Parts: sequence; C-alpha cells; structure tokens
Amino acid sequence: MPLFFRTIFKTRGEAIAFGAFLLLLLVILPLAIPVFRLNLVGKYLSFGFVAIGLVLLWGRCGILSLGQGVFFGLGGYCMAMFLKLEASDPITTAIQSTPGIPDFMDWNQITKLPLYWEPFKSLPFTIAAIFILPSVIAFIIGWALFRRRVGGVYFAIITQAIALIFSLGIDGNQGYTGGRNGITDLRTLCGWDIRSENAQYILYFLCVVLLFTVALGAKYIINTRLGRVLVAVRDREDRVRFSGYDVAMIRAFIFAFAAMLSGIGGAFFVLQVGFMSPSIVGIIPSIEMVIFTAVGGRLSVLGAILGCLIVNFGKTTFSEAYPDLWLYLMGSTFIAVVMFFPNGLAGLLEKIPTSKSKFASLLARFQKTTPAVVTKATPISDEN
Amino acid sequence: MKTDHDNVLEVEDLGVSFDGFKAVDGFNFYLAQNHVHVIIGPNGAGKTTVLDLICGKTLATSGSIKFKGKELRGLREYRIVRAGIGRKFQNPSIYENLTVFENLELSHPTGRGVIGCLMFRRTPAIKKQCDDVAEQIGLADKLDTEAGILSHGQKQWLEIGMLLMQDPEIIMLDEPVAGMSVRERTETATLIRKISKDRSVIVIEHDMEFVREIADRVTVMHLGKILAEGSMEKISQDPKVIEVYIGH
Repeated sequence: MPLFFRTIFKTRGEAIAFGAFLLLLLVILPLAIPVFRLNLVGKYLSFGFVAIGLVLLWGRCGILSLGQGVFFGLGGYCMAMFLKLEASDPITTAIQSTPGIPDFMDWNQITKLPLYWEPFKSLPFTIAAIFILPSVIAFIIGWALFRRRVGGVYFAIITQAIALIFSLGIDGNQGYTGGRNGITDLRTLCGWDIRSENAQYILYFLCVVLLFTVALGAKYIINTRLGRVLVAVRDREDRVRFSGYDVAMIRAFIFAFAAMLSGIGGAFFVLQVGFMSPSIVGIIPSIEMVIFTAVGGRLSVLGAILGCLIVNFGKTTFSEAYPDLWLYLMGSTFIAVVMFFPNGLAGLLEKIPTSKSKFASLLARFQKTTPAVVTKATPISDEN
Repeated sequence: MKTDHDNVLEVEDLGVSFDGFKAVDGFNFYLAQNHVHVIIGPNGAGKTTVLDLICGKTLATSGSIKFKGKELRGLREYRIVRAGIGRKFQNPSIYENLTVFENLELSHPTGRGVIGCLMFRRTPAIKKQCDDVAEQIGLADKLDTEAGILSHGQKQWLEIGMLLMQDPEIIMLDEPVAGMSVRERTETATLIRKISKDRSVIVIEHDMEFVREIADRVTVMHLGKILAEGSMEKISQDPKVIEVYIGH
C-alpha cells in the first residue's frame, strides 16, 4: 500500500492538495451552500471526468480531441434511456396512444419500442454500456486514424466532425432519440426519486467520490511507465516507435480510456441534471470541455477538475448577467491561457513553492544540476 | 552473391522511388555477423533512405530485406525493432525531460504493450542493466541528470545506450559523430568497436578518418546505387570512388 501511495503522489504537497480539495468538496461545500447550488457543483464535476480524460489524452499524450462531447453524450444517453424507460411505465403513460413507450416516441407516431432500446430496461446492462460503449467506439475510431498516422490538427478536425455528425444524428431522429429537446422528464432510478433533495445529496457525494477515485487512477497511470510513454509519444514519437512500442495502439488505448471517463461523466450529468439533449454533445460543448481542461491545467489532474469548477461557475454567473458577453469572455480566457500560461492554473500554482519540502527539493535539484553543467561545459570549450 | 549463414541481414535488389525519382535502386547489401559495415557517399546518395527502408520508416517499392532469413519488408516499425534491429537517428533523439536513467529504462524491452506498461516494475535486474549500459556509454555518473542538459556528444551516446538496452542484433547508426569533438569521436569509435563484439553495426558516416577506425567493410553509394564495396583500403584506391567522392 505505501508503494501504491507513493506511485500516486510524488510529493507530500500533491497529497495535501488532493486531501484539501476533497475536504472542500465533501465537507465544506455541502455545509456552506444550499442543495440547489450543490447540485450545480455536481453538474460541473460531471465534466471533471471528461477533463481528467483530456489531461491524459491531450496534456500527456498530445492528442487534441474536439469530440469528447460525443462520448459524454454516449454515456449520458445510455443513462437517460434507462431512466426514461423507467419513467414511461404503462400506468404513467396511459393517456398515450401507445402506453409504455417514451412520450417522444408516441408523439412521433412510433408504436413499438425500438429493439435497441429494450436492453436499457436493465440497470446492469446500462451501467456496462456506459463503460463499454464509449470506449469501444473511441477505440475503433482511434485505431483507424492512428494506424494511418492521422494526428495533430487533422485528428482534432475529424473528432470535431464526428461531434457534429453525432449531434445532428440525434437531432434528426426525433422519434428514437427525443431529437432537439432531448430525453427529458427523468424521475426515478429503480424507484428512487432522483429529484429529491436527499437524492441530490447522495448523487453529489457519489459523483465526488467516483471522480476522485478516477483522479487517483489517472495519477497512478501518469506515474507508471505508461505515463512516461504517453509523454514520450507526445514529444518524440519516432523514438518511441523505434524503441519497439506500438504507438498507434498506445494512442488508441488512451483515447478509448478518455472516452470511457467521458461516458461516466455523461451518466452523472444525467443523474444530477435530469435530462440529456444534443446541445450537450455537439461541437461547442466539446470545445468547452477542452477549455475547462486548458484553464485548469492540461497536465494536472486536480487542475483539470478545478478548471471545470471555475469556468462553469463563471459561465453560470456571467451568462446570467451578460448572456451576450459570456462567449467572448470564455474565448478570450482560452486564448490568454494558451498564450500566457499554457499549463493553466495548476501550472501557476506549482510555480509557487508552497511547502518547505518542495522548496528543499527545488534547491536540491538546483544543486544537483549546477555542477553537471559546469563539468560538461569546460571540455567542450577546450576542444572546439 | 552467395548467401552464407554468417550474414545476419541480406538486402537484395532494394529500391524505392518517390514520384518516379529513384532514391535507392537495385541496392544489394550483406551484413556479416559482428561486423561494422559503413555506408558512405556524397550528400543525396540515398544512405539515410537505405536505413529508413531497412527499419520500415519508408516502404520499399521493390526488393527484399531478410533478417536471419525472415522477410522484414512490409512489417511495421515496432515489429522490426522487436525482431532485433535498433536504429539511431541523425539528430540525437532522446527524451529531454527525463533523466538519463529513465531514458534507458524506457528503452528496456519489458512491457512494451499497454498492459505491460501499467504492470512495469523496476526490478533489480532492469536497474542493473541500466547501470551497465550507462557505464558502457560513459554516462554512469549522469544517471540522475535530465537528458536535455547533456552535451551534444553525450546525447548521441545516450541514444546509442537506449539501443543497447533493447539488446538488438543489428544496430544502425546515422552519422553518430556529427558535431562531436575530436576526443568524443575517438571515444565513440571505441564504443562502436566494443558493441560490435556481439552484434552487427551499420554506420552511415562522412568522416573518413572515423570510417577508417571503425569499418570492417565499406559500401560506397552514389545516386541511389552501389558504386563500390570492400575493405577501406580497397575502396580508397578505387578510381570510381576517388572520382565521385574522395577526390572532391
């Protein structure tokens, strides 16, 4: 266990920051703010899953995906389909011309539940689908593209196109997907009313605990050999390939993993917000997810979560007051981050030596590197 | 030419054309076990392209590349590496943000798959191998140094060390002494002689003094074709070679 712990936290400062953040979310916020606001924080945190995925995918491995909303949407729609089926029992929907199917199907003259909706009557199947569906689809897309050495801007554009296709596809198939309105009016999970205050508290805590478990997992990956290989793929692709690694497989894996995390986030979004619609899976939300990560810090797992909270909080506050200005503000924040502090808030915070031990380690590092520079500099100047 | 068992690599009739331009054409090359085989030639002769073709970075349009009787042509790069061929690039290609030790460790063949990477543990055996290789390339006292601040020569050695970690049967070095000081060149020559004791080495080089020091056999390339082949003494007296290359 101590070894496992040390694999996750390289410095004591990291562990303290992690604990403090968890304390804030699990104890201080629930005591300090009303449940309505807490529910909003829970919604923001559901984007945290996507952001952690982007830290691994974009920050570490250098793959910018502008289509994470697709996987967020896949997870979210799986959850929403389950909840919608539960909300559409024959008694509640007795006034419909076909009772027992979701209301939007009835409005679109569909008289029978489509076959692929059937398995979503089962909760275990739904949970499995939330984990498996986004990652399998991402793996197929990733494998096909990375095998052909598609990367960089081209990959970003293709993922963006996929996000557009996905949201248009949902939009255009109103009878099967709820169309532009999305899947709304979700009420209970296995008979448990998810709209009650009690449920909102429980879902919030569940979301935080799972998010931080995922964060620990991501930090673990970052500090294993896989984490180092990801960075190596980003910085020296050819060297990694000629060290015998299958670069396409590594990229496809991390893309699939990030997609799985996005799917989990989507499911928590639906549970806490109570609906799912194409407006949350298209291009703009996908780009917003990248912005959350960039602002928080694309290299830092905790930073990315922080970014989700801060940007979303800003969005809620400012977009209420100045709805027209908000998009410009967010756009300029993104530009500012990219130009002036590419490692985001986490990068800024790391520059301040917070604890004594961190300062000492910096000092030790300085002392260690200085003589190395001197000894190697001398012979070169002699011989040249 | 007969194909005897001592050849680890047999390249026959290798060719590649880029939009009709034949960068390499009808290239035959036999690499003997534990030999240092140097490829020389003027700029644009196709030397680096030959290495690219062997290691799979560029796909050949004709010919065959047989490694111990096994066809490599068409295999993906990482498969060729795993078969036992290591390649060093012209510019030092190392992981600047990692320490020398981490650079070597990342090149260790254990755990190259995704799951393998996750399960990878730094065993005493792996650590010892890193230490041994660092000793061999003269960076034993720099194990904890960030690779980015090494001198140019040390970076070149580190990349050779990263190849040694893979324990390949063939090492291909593209201009390993470019930009090195005289003392560093001598040390590199010693290193290449040392590593060729139990593996074959292909070197591309311009520096004739250096070639003389290390080469068991030399192939001269000109305009994508072989101009001459043989020992350094033999080719340095070849009038064709003198005309296109050495005489200049």
